[in-house]
This record gives sequence, C-alpha cells and structure tokens, in this order.
Amino acid sequence: MKRKAYYAIKIKRATQLLFYKRHMKPGVKGWELKNALGSDYPKILKVLDDHLEKLDLQVKTVFEGEDPKEKPTIEELNKARFFITLRGGLPSKDAKMMGWRIDDIAGLATAISYIISKKGKAPREEVDDLLRSKLPGWRVDINLNRYIRAGYLAEDENNMFYLDWRTRAEVDQKALVDLLLGTES
Amino acid sequence: MSAQEKKHNSERLQRIIELCKSVEDKGVDPFAVDVDHIIATLKKCFSDWESPEELALDAEAVQYLASVIQNQGDWVKHRSTSLYTDPFLIEEKLQRLNKEELVRLFTKVWNPIIELEQLSIPSMAEAMKYWNDLPPIDERWQRLDPTQVMAGATTREELIRQKILAEKTFFEELEAFWKTLKQKVGENEKILYWDFVGADTYSETLDNAYMTSFLVTYGYATLKLDPLEEEIFIIPLKEPRSGLSNKQMVSVPISVSHEEWIRWKEENLT
Repeated sequence: MKRKAYYAIKIKRATQLLFYKRHMKPGVKGWELKNALGSDYPKILKVLDDHLEKLDLQVKTVFEGEDPKEKPTIEELNKARFFITLRGGLPSKDAKMMGWRIDDIAGLATAISYIISKKGKAPREEVDDLLRSKLPGWRVDINLNRYIRAGYLAEDENNMFYLDWRTRAEVDQKALVDLLLGTES
Repeated sequence: MSAQEKKHNSERLQRIIELCKSVEDKGVDPFAVDVDHIIATLKKCFSDWESPEELALDAEAVQYLASVIQNQGDWVKHRSTSLYTDPFLIEEKLQRLNKEELVRLFTKVWNPIIELEQLSIPSMAEAMKYWNDLPPIDERWQRLDPTQVMAGATTREELIRQKILAEKTFFEELEAFWKTLKQKVGENEKILYWDFVGADTYSETLDNAYMTSFLVTYGYATLKLDPLEEEIFIIPLKEPRSGLSNKQMVSVPISVSHEEWIRWKEENLT
C-alpha cells in the first residue's frame, strides 16, 4: 500500500476514535490508539492535528500527573489521554451554545482560577464562599456539583477541591492567570 | 519520669500529629508549623519513651513532620513556577470583575472537548439482535423456591465413612501418638526430631510434624535445642504436663520442607 493511502486510512480511523465518545469519559488512551493505529500513532496524530488546525481544532494530550518537561517518551504517551478540543477559544457570545448559563461559566472560571492560585487545591468552604458573593446560595451547591460531575473539579474525603481531568484538557491555566492579572482593577 | 508527665508528653505528640495532618488534609499553610520547635520537642521526649506504643507514636509524629517539610518544599517549588500568583491578588481580581467580563476572559483560554454521540447502522443491528435474543424479564427474574428435603436419620459409621466424623477423637489420636513416641525413644531420653517425624512419604512426614507440634503444645513432650550442632530433640514426658500457662511459652518454628525431607531420606538410606 502506498504511504499516502496508508496514512489516509489511519487518519480516518483516528478521527473516528477521537471524535466519537467510546467510554463514559471522552477521549482515547494512548495505548488504545496504539492498538488501533499501530506504534507510529503519535505521527498519525500529528498529521491529523495539522489537518484540524484549518478548522480551529486540535488534538490535545493530557498526561498522567504533571506534564513532562522534555519531549514525552512513548510510555508517557501510551498512558496519556487524547482529546479533540477547540484550538483558539470561542467568542464569549457563543459560550451559551455549550448549554451553560453565563452564571455557570463565570462560576467555573472563578472556581478554577481560585484553585490554581491555591497551588491546585482549595477547601470547598472557601470556593463556596467566593461563589456565594456573586451567586445565590442555592445555585452555588448545584453548580459546584455540576463542575464535579463534568470532570472540571474533583473533591476528596476532606472536602478539598482539586482541578480534574477536564480542566487539564480544556483550560490553559497559565493563560487564564495571566489574563486575570492583566485586567485593570 | 512520672506517669503524669508521660501522659502529658504523649498528648503533646498527638497534638503535633493533628497539626501536621491538618496541613495535608485541610490545606493549612505548611509554614504555620514551627518545624524546629517540634523537632526539639520530639528530641526531648524521645529519651523517655519505652513501650512500643510510645515509640510508634514518636515515629508517626516524625513521619507527619516529614510530610509537612515536603509540603514546604512543594510550596517553594510552586512559588518559583510561572503559575504562581498571590491568592489574595487573584481573589481580589475575581471579586472586582463582573460575570460578563469573567466569561469573556475565560472563553479565551477555554477550549472545550469535542465529543459526539451517534448511532450507526451496525450498532443498531447489533442492538436489535440483542433485543430479539433477550428473554422476557419474568423468565430472567424467575424466583427459585428452595427445594424441600425430608429429614432422615443417619449412623455414626455413615458419618465416619463420609469423613464428617473422625474414627477417634483428636485427643485419643494424640495419646496414641505420644505412646508411639515413647516406644521409639525407648531407653534413651530423647530422639532427633527428624528421626521421629520422618516417614516414607512426605505426606506422612507432614502428618507426624503436625501431631508432634500438638504433643509439645499440650505438654506431652518437650523440645531440646542444641544450638551448636543445630539439632532438635524431642523428649517425651512421663505424664502430660499441666499448668503450662504459668510459664513463659516459646514458639519454635521448624521447617519441614520437601527439600529437607529428601535430604533426610537420602541420609537415612545411606
């Protein structure tokens, strides 16, 4: 089979795997891609990512634990989860297309920013207080539980909040902090 | 040191553990813990600890203190990264921004995952097949009533034949085994452990070792260890010893592995 045809088939398969939800969580693990596409799957994902760039989409890699400082090893890639996400953000007027109210998104932004500033974990009570300053109390609990269900936040048995897998996949944390600090008070 | 002082020090250690735990569990500032002072306290108390419980408490306190130091290290590492920002500054910014501004800002860095759910013709066909093969719920959840069995009588011989009852009671077997030991020892005072338990098959050897352990535990015999020659002897007692609980009991683990049995057998044959 010609090289071009080989990659065309593999990219088609990678697109199906990455776009369509196969498990409870979206995304595909590296080892699943390796089984379906072969050991050169990182190369296939790179070609797919180049195609997606024209559509303002990207293949996003979320590593287990912290992001590797250098080029990731094949073992790290096999354990990572791959998603398709937007590439350049979305206009705020389109945010409601996500099915979320403006209050829900503002609450999510507040909770995530606060947890980032607290070294990645913060007591539920503190996040709760912060949201209550701008949202009605009955809504705060509903929203926090919604963020947990969606995978943006995780809560441990000591009622500590952490950033969960979806935040790591969807939110550019450094850019968020920079933007917040850049706003005029 | 008086018992009162010991109790007081033990409570201090408990408080240290609680404080260190709160750093981990409740996100208390790790630098709120005065590590030097805690180390001095632990050092001062350490010489008075005697019991294993007190030493375990001390070890636990040291372990939790180490986790606080690790937290302090992580904190310093985080401050040196580009993600570090003063939480108060962020909180102040969040308080000042209105929700529209916050959403505008967040959507610039938010790239939601694209996920699709769609039925395909093959999956519909597979689902149809599954549905057709699925038995009705009243068949699947049929209640199984327990079958009634008529009670009957049985005999002791039948229970022995079915190996539910043993032919002899355990103590009858133990006494018989004790007699065998006494016969084997004869005029001598003692017999080598392996010469007594060793048998033609490994399974018999294990049975003998099992019964011998009960002979010793219940005071029918005793063990004598020769540490220089590394030999173990069994000495049968004339009468079973009672009141063992008043003495200090010592457990003697003896390995009866298959390799040792082979070695014993080879030595015995030659």
